Amino acid sequence: MITIQRSYVVGKNDFTKAGEVSSNIKKIMKQVGVKPEIIRRVSVAAYETEMNIIIHSYGGTIEFMITPEYIKLVACDRGPGIKNIELAMKKGYSTAPQNVRELGFGAGMGLPNIKRCSDEFSIESEYESHTKLILVFKQSM
Amino acid sequence: MTVAQLLNNLDVKLLSGKDGLNKKISGFYIGDMLSWVMAKAEEGQAWITIQTNINVVAVGVMTDISCIIIAEDAEVDPDTLKKAEEEGIPILQTSLSAYHIAIKCASVDIHE
Repeated sequence: MITIQRSYVVGKNDFTKAGEVSSNIKKIMKQVGVKPEIIRRVSVAAYETEMNIIIHSYGGTIEFMITPEYIKLVACDRGPGIKNIELAMKKGYSTAPQNVRELGFGAGMGLPNIKRCSDEFSIESEYESHTKLILVFKQSM
Repeated sequence: MTVAQLLNNLDVKLLSGKDGLNKKISGFYIGDMLSWVMAKAEEGQAWITIQTNINVVAVGVMTDISCIIIAEDAEVDPDTLKKAEEEGIPILQTSLSAYHIAIKCASVDIHE
């Protein structure tokens, strides 16, 4: 398997495109023959990450990389940042506005889902600046 | 059992995604909170929901579910139908509530 790298721009409040980046990532993984169990974990994490940028940020980017050893997702947005990361990581805690909740979001499961799906998870956020997520999924068994 | 066979067993309409009618059904899942469904729904399950915005198709694609069953005739956005057609995820619709769909599903043998 060769190394593949993609970079995607994700816009604020872009609900109608929702899932486009993660769909694309999923298709690439299928094409290069990533194991189904890993495809699912990366897809769920990618979708939650994409929706977090759409719902909560001013916009950002998702970078995706596949190597023979691992798959990596790096998401970075332009703010506003997370006030309390510990709370944001708690299952059931959500700051999603009402209009977004009506679409079925705001279960407070996004970040916990992302963490559960990834083998390595790191989050860095500065209020009124940015949030950065780095996710690694191991390929070798 | 395939989605097409389920369609014949339940009183439901096919709205979109006919390319996915041959998908095998492994079970059923009910839920309206998308992240919750993302975390819990399993590959091949038929997903019963009243959510109809375009994101249900994305959740369907990411979780590899077999089809989406819209309960209580909730109106489905045209964008959702278009996306489901592109992705080959069947969207079925019925006037029954999620509870009554579940009762009917419990009486069909998905392993046949």
